[in-house]
Amino acid sequence: MTRPLPQDPMIQRLIQHASNASVSRRTMMQTAGVAAATLALAACSTAAGSKPTAATDVSSTTKTLNWANWSYYLDLKGKTYPTLVAFEKQTGITVNYAVAVDDNNTYYAKVKDQLALGQDIGADTVCLTDWMVSRLIGLGYTQKLDHSKIPNISNLSASLQKPDFDPGRDYSLPWQSGFAGLCWNKEKLPNGLKNVSDLWDPALKGKVGVLSEMRDTIGLIMMEQGVDVASKNWGDAQFSKAIDEFRTQVKSGQIRNIKGNSYADDLKSGDTIAAIVWSGDVTSINGEVGGDKFGFALPETGGTLWSDNYIVPIGSSKKANAEKLMNYYYEPEVAATVAAFVNYITPVTGAKEAMAKIDPSLVDNQLIFPDAATLAKAKIFRTLTNAEQSKYTVEFESVGLGA
Amino acid sequence: MAITAFTGVATSTDASPRRKKSWVALVLLLPGLLYLVLFFIVPLVSLVITSLQVPSPTAFGQYDTAFNWQTYGVVISTYGTQILRSFLYALLATIFALLFSYPLAYFIGVKVRRYPILQGLMLVLVIAPFFISFLLRTLAWKAILSDDGVVVGGLKALSLMGSQDHLTGTPVAVVFGLTYNFIPFMCLPLYTTLERLDVRYLEASNDLYAGTFETFRKVILPLSLPGIVSGTLLTFIPATGDYVNASSEFLGGASSTMVGNVIQSNFLVQLNYPVAAALSIILMAIILVIVSLYVKRSGTDDLV
Repeated sequence: MTRPLPQDPMIQRLIQHASNASVSRRTMMQTAGVAAATLALAACSTAAGSKPTAATDVSSTTKTLNWANWSYYLDLKGKTYPTLVAFEKQTGITVNYAVAVDDNNTYYAKVKDQLALGQDIGADTVCLTDWMVSRLIGLGYTQKLDHSKIPNISNLSASLQKPDFDPGRDYSLPWQSGFAGLCWNKEKLPNGLKNVSDLWDPALKGKVGVLSEMRDTIGLIMMEQGVDVASKNWGDAQFSKAIDEFRTQVKSGQIRNIKGNSYADDLKSGDTIAAIVWSGDVTSINGEVGGDKFGFALPETGGTLWSDNYIVPIGSSKKANAEKLMNYYYEPEVAATVAAFVNYITPVTGAKEAMAKIDPSLVDNQLIFPDAATLAKAKIFRTLTNAEQSKYTVEFESVGLGA
Repeated sequence: MAITAFTGVATSTDASPRRKKSWVALVLLLPGLLYLVLFFIVPLVSLVITSLQVPSPTAFGQYDTAFNWQTYGVVISTYGTQILRSFLYALLATIFALLFSYPLAYFIGVKVRRYPILQGLMLVLVIAPFFISFLLRTLAWKAILSDDGVVVGGLKALSLMGSQDHLTGTPVAVVFGLTYNFIPFMCLPLYTTLERLDVRYLEASNDLYAGTFETFRKVILPLSLPGIVSGTLLTFIPATGDYVNASSEFLGGASSTMVGNVIQSNFLVQLNYPVAAALSIILMAIILVIVSLYVKRSGTDDLV
């Protein structure tokens, strides 16, 4: 009985070395030394330039799908996700929904080595933010979507059809969009917050949380400093000015925490009572604490608007199943059901009409169906060049590390 | 250490006529040696190579092989504070853990020696926290020390804390977390040496008119030194590199980041592998120096 060799190329190389080497006692140490050196080199050489190839699709025979997503991002009833259960019934595909993403950067760090080798990352589809999707597409880590298998793509709202990182939506499809804005504990701060500078109120010292997503936290500060983050006419000077403000507030202890989705724990435990957060989460957190405890508003100087997009990682062998899932969530009724729960902006046109039947009170909810006035206050953080990305990330992280 | 053992065996192979026996020893050593080569030497070489790489001009987060030793200088000047802080916190945690564990270990190992059941029970109490994940225990502390929790509420009611003060995210919470998490590592080695302490020495010391303190200083302490050395090493080394307690997800904040958090951020967020690798090597080198000095000074190299 022969077992298949492990798929990992490094392991395969090692096995090859092992079977070639003669195991005489005299040469054993030499061989081990050579193998060690080769392995060290193999571990170091990055497969730069060569893009991985897509895995063979086995969707027709394997009716499963792994979907990785952020927390508070799908309608939840008890312990099941009703829309997902309906999808499973409709298609016979078993979906393993994992709340696996807390932060774009940390998620990327976890899966990038497998992506570079074209291996399965444990998710057949994952929803990540625009700029990260842009990076993944650029590196060739995503599979091309077959639009003929996603007929409902015609429901994609016009404003999201041609992003600069994927003009034809060939590799990505929006899941939800949302704002980064201000959240406060209504019991402790009955007057609420209007601007980012309200967070720097001495009375809130050590009670403020901000997002570890650089574009949201710095974006909000920059907007308060009068910079249009969507335009191309800002650069290092404007960014540094916002970083200086951020650093001052962290150094003085005004800002307590810089976190990804886990900021919710701090709000719930009372460690923070004011924070920069993502719009829809506030509704879910209120649902968890059982009451209307937290408020949300876009700063008067504006908030950031972002989208999280489905992508199919290069190593996934279930692209067709993922496409079925995308198509399902682009049904206006399904999209409206999800939006009614998660309170994020749905990218599906027709969802507003469908919402009128599900919950008419939500039709005018600015977090789900923002009108022109709300959208005018929200800006999409412009795409950064590689050099900017690298430089700004270092500056932003150095603040959080107190360096 | 294993390397010297290996060469020792190899030379004796040539000298001694009993070849067969040495051959068996060699075979027995092989798995350990392979393990060391594969999981220590190779990663170490890879780490050194990584630390000398330069960023690739074309792609973000990719690096080309080079000999860019300047990274080390940059790292020390940028993150010097965090490196020093890690050693300070680890030192504090080690001292607190020792002060807390010594009386406890003495009590379990010497005082309740006559009641084996009680002794076993108390040992279980020391080890029991291990049955729960380290992360969960730290998260539990985060909840207990949170602003709406009992501890902060109580301290504020007693006016020991100002209305705006808090515990989580401060150096106090981080050192507390480190101390708490490493107490079993300190307690168990101390217990094993104190458990073997011959109480007749104490009687003799008493007969020779030594007071309680003098008995402790001149008899108990020297006899338990091996336990103190291994306990402090088991606490100090992992505490220095610990990144969980000081992480903002747990007990730390921006003012209390340790070198482990800096490495994590550079490795996972900034994708700056050379800096992360250089930091790891610096950390390893400093620990190596400190530990060798410490072991030499305490004169117990035959124990480690």
